[in-house]
Amino acid sequence: MRLRRLSLPVYLAAAACTLCCAPHAVAQTAAAPAISAGDNAWMLTSAALVLFMTGPGLALFYGGLVRRKNVLATMMQSFAMMCIVTVIWALFTYSLAFSQGKSFIGGFHYAFLHNVGLAPDPDYAATIPAQTYMIYQLMFAIITPALICGAFAERMKFSAMCLFLTLWSIVVYSPMAHMVWGKGGLLNAALGGKFPCLDFAGGTVVHITSGTSALVCALYMGKRVGYPREPSPPHSVVLSFIGACMLWVGWFGFNAGSAVAANGLATSAFVNTHFATAAAAMSWSLAEWIRNGKPSALGAISGAVAGLVAITPASGFVQPMSALIIGAIAGVFCYLMVTVVKKAFGYDDSLDAFGVHGAGGTIGAILTGIFASSAINPIFGPGKGTGAVDGNWGQVGNQFIGVLIAWALSIIGTLVLLKLVDLLVGLRVTREQEIEGLDITQHGEEGYDFGS
Amino acid sequence: MQKIEAVIQPSKLDAVKDALLEAGIEGMTILEARGHGRQKGHTEFYRGREYTVDLLPKIKIEMVVRDEMAEKAIQAILSSARTGKIGDGKIFISKIDDAIRIRNDERGPSAL
Repeated sequence: MRLRRLSLPVYLAAAACTLCCAPHAVAQTAAAPAISAGDNAWMLTSAALVLFMTGPGLALFYGGLVRRKNVLATMMQSFAMMCIVTVIWALFTYSLAFSQGKSFIGGFHYAFLHNVGLAPDPDYAATIPAQTYMIYQLMFAIITPALICGAFAERMKFSAMCLFLTLWSIVVYSPMAHMVWGKGGLLNAALGGKFPCLDFAGGTVVHITSGTSALVCALYMGKRVGYPREPSPPHSVVLSFIGACMLWVGWFGFNAGSAVAANGLATSAFVNTHFATAAAAMSWSLAEWIRNGKPSALGAISGAVAGLVAITPASGFVQPMSALIIGAIAGVFCYLMVTVVKKAFGYDDSLDAFGVHGAGGTIGAILTGIFASSAINPIFGPGKGTGAVDGNWGQVGNQFIGVLIAWALSIIGTLVLLKLVDLLVGLRVTREQEIEGLDITQHGEEGYDFGS
Repeated sequence: MQKIEAVIQPSKLDAVKDALLEAGIEGMTILEARGHGRQKGHTEFYRGREYTVDLLPKIKIEMVVRDEMAEKAIQAILSSARTGKIGDGKIFISKIDDAIRIRNDERGPSAL
C-alpha cells in the first residue's frame, strides 16, 4: 500500500478532470493526472538510495562479516541480485507482483512492461510515471533475496545461489509483494484487501520473507565446516561499519520513499526511521555492555540494522515517540535472538539474517499493529482508527495474519526450491572448496593481494 | 658470522631499529609475526560469540653480523626492547655458514 490517503484530493481532482475531458480525450495520457516534479524527483532519488543499500551497502556489511577468503564471493551475491532480479523484473515479475490478477498473485498484464509507461498508474501513485513506481519497487525486489545470502554465507555454490534466488523471487517475493501491495492483494490495506495488513515499506514483504527463508536455508544446508568449534570472526568490521552506515542512509529511500510522494507522510517516515534506528543501536549496545562488559562496534551497527528493520512496516504509521519505543524494543529483542536463541538452538545463520531481519521484521509487524495512528495515516478512512493506539485492536490480529502468511509462504516456498536446486545443481560447495575459500574456488579471484 | 633473530613487541620496533643503527648494524630483515610464549592472549566478542585470541602480533628482526659485532647488536636489542614485563620476547643466535652479496658475488664477512 502506498500513498492513497494523502493523495486523495489529487486523485479526486485528477478523476474529475478525466471525467470532464473524457469525450474529448484522444489518448488516456492527455487527460491523465498531472505529474508532480517534486514527487518524481524524490521517488527517483529514493530508488537510487534503495539500490545503494544493496550495492555497496549490503555487500560491504556482509562482506566485512565473513572471512577474508570469502569476501568477494559474498559481495558477488548481492551484485548478482542487482543484475538478475532486474532482468526478470523487467520481463515478468513486476507484472506478477503489481498487475491485477488473483488475490495472491498478479497476472501478465505488465509483462515486458506493457502498459507500464510514463503516465501515472493512479492505483499506486497518481503523481509519478508508472515506470518510476516500477523502478522503485524493483530496488526492493533486488535487496530482498540479497538479504537471504546472510544465512548460507561461505558455503553455497554461486550457480546454485543464482538459480535458487531467481526462483525465490518468482515464487515467494512476487506473491508476497502482490498480496501486500498489489491491486487486489489479499493483505492490501490501501486497496481493500480482505485481511488488511499494515506494512508501509516492506517489513513483511522484505524482511519477514527473507529472514524466515534464511532460517530455512541455514537449517537445510547445515553448518559451516568447523562451526561452532572453530572461530570465524569477521575479517573486517571496518567494511561492515561502512556498509551499515550506508544502509542507514539508504533506508530513508526505503521507508520515506514508500510514501510515494514528497509530502508530510514521507517526512513522518523519514523521522521515524531515523529515531527508531538510533534507539535500537543504543538498546543493543546497552544490552551488550551489561552482558559482556563492553559495547562493541559490531553490536552497535547490528542494533541499528535491527531498528531499521523493525521500523520498516511502521514508518508511515506511527508517531515519532512510538518510533523510539519500537527501536528500543527491537534492539534488545534482536540482540537476544542473535546471542541467546541462536546459541541455544545451534543453527548456523552465518550473518544473522534470521536473527535481525526475520525476528526484527516479525516484531516490527506486530508493533505496527499496536502503534499505528490515524493521526499520522488514516488509511482505513476518515474517522476510522488505524492501530491499537486508536482503539483498533483488531488490527493486531490482522498483522498476525500477515506475519503467518509470510512465514508460511517463505518456509514452504524455500524448502521446495532448495530441494529442487539441490537436485539440479547441488547447493553446497565441497568441503575442500569451503576450506580453501569461495573467492578462489567459485570466482578464481582473491579479494586482497597484499603482495602486489 | 652469526645470525641474530629477535622476536619483540611491535611497539618496540622503532626503538630497536634506531639502537641497532647507532651500534653500527645496517642490514636487517623485519617480519610481521604472530605468537606467544608465556604471555596470555585476550578474548574478543563478535555478536555474542567469544573468541580467544592467543596468537599475538609480534615483530621478528633477523640480521647476520660479523662475530665481533654480535655482542654489540645483542646489547642494543636488549636495552631498547626491554620493558620488564612478560611478552618482551626472545633473541636467538646461530652460526651462519656463508653470506653472498647478490649484486657482485662477494662472499664472506665482507658481504655483510
